[in-house]
Amino acid sequence: MPIIHKFDYLKPKSLSEALTVLAQSKNAAILAGGTDLVDMIKENVAQPDLVVDIKGLDELNQIKFENDTLFIGAGATFSDLIESKIIKEKYPVIFEVAKTVASVGIRNRATVVGNICSAVPCMDSGPLLIAYDATVQLAGQKGERKIPAAEWFIAPRKTALQKGEIVTGVSLPYPKVKHAGCWVKLGRYTGEDLAQVNLLILALSDGTFRISFGAVVPIPVRAKKIEKLLNGQTITPSLIEKAKQLIEEEIKPITDVRATKEYRIHMAKVMFERGLDAAIRRLNGNGQAYGTSMI
Amino acid sequence: MRQEIKFKLSGEAIALEVNPNEVLLEVLRDRLGAKSPKCGCDKGDCGTCTVMINGKTVRSCLVLAIEVDGQEVVTLEGLMDSGLTPLQKSFIEHNSFQCGFCAPGMILSATELLAKNQKPNKHEIQEALSGNLCRCTGYTPIIDAIEAITK
Repeated sequence: MPIIHKFDYLKPKSLSEALTVLAQSKNAAILAGGTDLVDMIKENVAQPDLVVDIKGLDELNQIKFENDTLFIGAGATFSDLIESKIIKEKYPVIFEVAKTVASVGIRNRATVVGNICSAVPCMDSGPLLIAYDATVQLAGQKGERKIPAAEWFIAPRKTALQKGEIVTGVSLPYPKVKHAGCWVKLGRYTGEDLAQVNLLILALSDGTFRISFGAVVPIPVRAKKIEKLLNGQTITPSLIEKAKQLIEEEIKPITDVRATKEYRIHMAKVMFERGLDAAIRRLNGNGQAYGTSMI
Repeated sequence: MRQEIKFKLSGEAIALEVNPNEVLLEVLRDRLGAKSPKCGCDKGDCGTCTVMINGKTVRSCLVLAIEVDGQEVVTLEGLMDSGLTPLQKSFIEHNSFQCGFCAPGMILSATELLAKNQKPNKHEIQEALSGNLCRCTGYTPIIDAIEAITK
């Protein structure tokens, strides 16, 4: 289907050039992988007058680990994350998340930053970023800005991005103590399907946990009540039962074409229990390899 | 505003003017005669429009033609300079396709997999093809054909 909507296209060579044209344009859209944007233009959901392709900005294409913080640039694709040595060594749960995003042909183009800019509730990057207390880094004509990932998401498809700004990347500080994680995603099939429920659990060696949910909430959330219940405790079957009862207070699933509310709640509990077990086992060195599906 | 782009299509240097809103899939099929990528779902779900950009498979229905300026694009036609590839021969031997609409995408996805991993297991093959939908075969003969040439 041809695209009817007309727009101009520019591929700037520097970030400052990109920011200048963004400031001058009325309704510009930023293009990285295009797997969301091109589809939205086809559907007339997005009608930009100018498309600014940031794939030429080398500084945004990096994945680097400096000062105990991982930086994922706006141009880094999910395939880049899967192939990254730093991620496999330091943040293997990111590898686990990236492996479940759509399929290879999409992962070769789609970016983490694009995922959080589209900010649809079923996105996979949201729970990951808020579990790691990540920071969203922005550049604008007035300078740089940093926003905690938890404040970045405002509502479905709404973020804290202001006109004229570009997200340059996301920063994930490495937890101060040893940690392991588990990502559990439920879809109807493996492949292009979107999540019905997804959750990320980090187990830290100081006895604390970080738990985040996506797809069953309008914006990704940290399950603070469950974290408080589990932190510092010995994990027993009765404590897990108590935590599972709290899940209904933490999430607000809806019924839609992909699943009913009741099914999502039921599965969130099952996935939580399995994910928690897997994360603790991995922390103790006897867990299953990252990338192994728990459901 | 029309812009001139230059890129390689299956090894051949191409220069043409495109509008920013022209989609790569349409330019390949309608203006350059590369008919192997097909339009299926037109939104990146079915994989039948798969082409390679710089050696990686992409959904050409979600790429603007103007984005491939300076890049190397390969369609299935480009893999066949010396006739059928061993992978294609294996697909024929296993009677892997019925209508064939998904075949170019399947072959490119499998080619990308085998370039990275010469001995994939069945699970890895299934995962690599999970974005390519086939409505005829139930996938079994497709996966069998790939497994056969990796043994």
